[in-house]
Amino acid sequence: MSQFAINIMFVGGSFLLYILIAIWAKAGTTKDFYVAGGGVHPVTNGMAIGADWMSAASFISMAGLIAAGGYANSTFLMGWTGGYVLLAMLLAPYLRKFGKFTVPEFIGDRFYSKNARLVAVVCLIVASVTYVIGQMAGAGVAFSRFLEVDSTMGLMIAAIVVFIYAVLGGMKGITYTQVAQYCVLIIAYTIPAVFISLQLTDTALPAIGLFSTHVDSGVPLLTKLNEVITDLGFNEYTADVDNKLNMVLFTLSLMIGTAGLPHVIIRFFTVPKVADARWSAGWALVFIAILYLTAPAVASMARLNLMTTIYPDGTSAEAIQYEDRPNWIREWEVTGLIQFTDKNEDGRIQLYNESPAFEAEANARGWKGNELVVNRDILVLANPEIANLPGWVIGLIAAGGLAAALSTAAGLLLAISSAVSHDLIKGAINPKITEKGELMAARISMAVAIVVATWLGANPPGFAAQVVALAFGIAAASLFPALMMGIFSKRVNNTGAIAGMLTGLGFTLTYIFVYKGWLFIPGTNNLPDTPENWVLGISPLSIGAVGAIVNFTVAFLVSNATEEPPVEIQELVESVRYPRGAGQAQDH
Amino acid sequence: MSGHSYDAENYWKANLRLIVGSLVVWALVSYGFAILLRPMLAGIPVGGTDLGFWFAQQGSILTFIALIFHYAWRMNKIDEKFGVHEE
Repeated sequence: MSQFAINIMFVGGSFLLYILIAIWAKAGTTKDFYVAGGGVHPVTNGMAIGADWMSAASFISMAGLIAAGGYANSTFLMGWTGGYVLLAMLLAPYLRKFGKFTVPEFIGDRFYSKNARLVAVVCLIVASVTYVIGQMAGAGVAFSRFLEVDSTMGLMIAAIVVFIYAVLGGMKGITYTQVAQYCVLIIAYTIPAVFISLQLTDTALPAIGLFSTHVDSGVPLLTKLNEVITDLGFNEYTADVDNKLNMVLFTLSLMIGTAGLPHVIIRFFTVPKVADARWSAGWALVFIAILYLTAPAVASMARLNLMTTIYPDGTSAEAIQYEDRPNWIREWEVTGLIQFTDKNEDGRIQLYNESPAFEAEANARGWKGNELVVNRDILVLANPEIANLPGWVIGLIAAGGLAAALSTAAGLLLAISSAVSHDLIKGAINPKITEKGELMAARISMAVAIVVATWLGANPPGFAAQVVALAFGIAAASLFPALMMGIFSKRVNNTGAIAGMLTGLGFTLTYIFVYKGWLFIPGTNNLPDTPENWVLGISPLSIGAVGAIVNFTVAFLVSNATEEPPVEIQELVESVRYPRGAGQAQDH
Repeated sequence: MSGHSYDAENYWKANLRLIVGSLVVWALVSYGFAILLRPMLAGIPVGGTDLGFWFAQQGSILTFIALIFHYAWRMNKIDEKFGVHEE
């Protein structure tokens, strides 16, 4: 059977499963559509959060970025897990206690203002749409490779598939579909990793293999990797970074963003009890950690495998002939995501880092520039092929990558559609809308969001994980501070919260757009997106943390200069703090 | 009123203490050991690299899991102690 047929079988089979589940669990009421009737067990919910959470960024893109950046990109690992600590302690239990459908609804009620709710809707939409752009970009890459079409066509197919089941299911459909998707994606991620770990380190657990001895050379894997890549002019894989400020802010931005992303927060509305919301966060992180502890191993092993593929006889010997290149390079060349140019016309593939320090050696070896450009987003998908694993593993990873991208995209679309139909239309424009009308509005807004995200996903402002990181920065700077202050402060009032959200969002978006292009439209940036141009070396990906600080500061200053929130709002704050005490506290 | 709200106040304080303690550990393993204090831990070798690298790629994640389960477990106890747990 051809690889194409195997891919179709795995991808098609898994899709059929999701669609059947979506139909079986079809949402009947608006409550089902938004919060699955509130009856999901913490472990089930944790698994669904895991699938919701781990997107194309985690599955397809992250390990590729870690492979390229080494230690410096550990930020993704810490940032995308550490946020769950914040969620479990600072938001989830209280928002569950509050017991409404959406994030803007909480902000609107707590800050007793329709405008606050509308501002929250705007923040939510900006963050979520940015996030969906990253998913579409990732799903496009996966579809184009496995269906052997060009990347635009891949993107279109992705858009249609996402739309179909997001619209069909609603939260209830999505919850159970996502449990299935979690299983598919985690199996798909770990099986190739186990094989590769066994090949390289003779250790079955990739997380342990990462710190074990490399079988062929007898030295630790990371030592071997450092040797190989420094021989080719790259920085050491484990090298420390100079700009620690940026590294801290980036990690913080991802952590706060995790806790501020609406599609994750609404998951905590679906557990029956406040205590369950706390456990859910823990279980979610356990399921997420299975992938996140494997990812750094995948990263370093894939990088080493790539280097040994190109330099089979060691870095001091000649690179492989272009004519003898392995099949996976040929196939990825079709998608345009691997590009080879024979700059010195010797018929061999020289892959190295064009750094000034390495120039002398490159000249001495007759190299006229790096000849192989590998898109970082393909590393995980190409990983089994690089390691010569059997065809079914490749089909499996295709299904897994798509599960990750589509499950998250669906969750985000649900968050967007509920914000539009429930908060914007029912909450502000037409409170008398019927349930049927509300569901229709939800579906139309999903369709619009997909069209916009697909259009921008064709020219994404970075690799999938980087686009997603931008979305986190936006959520960190706008929604998280408002939610946290809403629970932990009785003093922050409507004016303060609105001012905080607007300045946090405005500040962060401006900084991002200056470097990434206005509304992410390519070519409209004011400054080149390179470290020399960043203020204090802070990357647009890290600015969300600063935006959050701006938000907190503005909100406190403005609130203190204006009147206290009314007594009933202070009582509302009291009530969300106690799992049961709410009613009793108001009795006195 | 005073009896009840006194208790409520203590409950909230107990929660805040637990949160602050947890977040100190949270920051120490990630921003501390894995980033800012990494040079200090450079002398402790772990499989071809140093302890700071391990914290950045694995140690912090494992600590986060422990922190959340510890918080959930302690907090559910505190809920019961103050009688604010759900039925």
